[in-house]
Amino acid sequence: MSLRSPLARARNHGSARDGVHHWWHQRLSAVLLVPLVIWLVAALRVAAGGDFIAAREWLALPWNTVFALLFTLTTFYHGQLGLQVVIEDYIHTRWLEVSLQVVVKLLALVLALMGSLAILRIAFGVAPLAG
Amino acid sequence: MAEFTLPKNSKIQQGKHYPAGSDAKRVKTIQVYRWDPDSGENPRVDRYDIDLDKCGPMVLDAIIYIKNHVDATLSFRRSCREGICGSCAMNIGGTNTLACTKAIADFKGDIKIYPLPHMQVIKDLIPDMTNFYAQHAAIKPWMQTQSPPPPDKERLQSPEDRDKLDGLYECIMCACCSTACPSYWWNSDRYLGPATLLQAYRWIADSRDEAKGERLDELEDPFRVYRCHTIMNCTSACPKGLNPAKAIAKIKQELVNRRGL
Repeated sequence: MSLRSPLARARNHGSARDGVHHWWHQRLSAVLLVPLVIWLVAALRVAAGGDFIAAREWLALPWNTVFALLFTLTTFYHGQLGLQVVIEDYIHTRWLEVSLQVVVKLLALVLALMGSLAILRIAFGVAPLAG
Repeated sequence: MAEFTLPKNSKIQQGKHYPAGSDAKRVKTIQVYRWDPDSGENPRVDRYDIDLDKCGPMVLDAIIYIKNHVDATLSFRRSCREGICGSCAMNIGGTNTLACTKAIADFKGDIKIYPLPHMQVIKDLIPDMTNFYAQHAAIKPWMQTQSPPPPDKERLQSPEDRDKLDGLYECIMCACCSTACPSYWWNSDRYLGPATLLQAYRWIADSRDEAKGERLDELEDPFRVYRCHTIMNCTSACPKGLNPAKAIAKIKQELVNRRGL
């Protein structure tokens, strides 16, 4: 049982003076993802059924490279912002919460880099033709 | 970690049944959550058959009838019996509302009455409101000014500015909204909850208050405000028809407005 007053507990460590940035970026990236998802679905409908060479030529078109990169980066950025909130909501064991937050952020960073690298390699024609 | 089952000593058991008198014509069964901290027993649900011809039209009338005529051990809070004090907030038929403004006739089958969800229960239908009231106190729900008041009259407010407080000042702090909010269930130690945030916005929106910036400073926190995920349970629960979700959205808007994007 704590002998701290209820007001002291409610005030706790005060306000973090933070959170607007997270909230605003979550909305901004969500809005950005709307046209990007439409672009991706339309692009996949066109590209489906073609071979690797056709796909490579298509992805090498400058706008497609830009959109593909933008989609990859925005998705992982938006995703880790959202997962951060879910973990904050539900995980109240401090060590587990911190570990999960770090893992999610690192994983999002690594996957975003891997995706971007793959897109650039294909777009610049570095990716091997085999397969 | 979130818990998904009740602890063993909180599991609800079937309680006693109190039948109505043999002369009763219009009978309504009311199921009430009962828990006595002194007994050491698990919580139970007692069933009371009420003769509607002997009791008033509202759910509060029914539980007052039970306390006066059937089972004096039943404990609950009540005061004004007209929806202005907020004391008799409880979970009736699965929805948080005021027992005094909810009609018995609104329910088809049995009426199930539980205390406000996810609060520590003191006894029967009485939840522990300590943290809820402390959070309200923490947002300083009074006018803060630097300029002294005019010596000969009150602080003036235009009718247009006064209109901005409509939909905010009517809040009676019954806690129906906060205890209907899943975010408040999981994080009530840090999230202020819809009732307190509506009160906070009531002072942010007041043209006479001079501490808007400090108020926003105190709210700008990932947990205090941003646990609100616009679930909207608060708005659908409010027995006064207010919209706490909108007030929270206004706070978020103010927080964005005051900074560069």
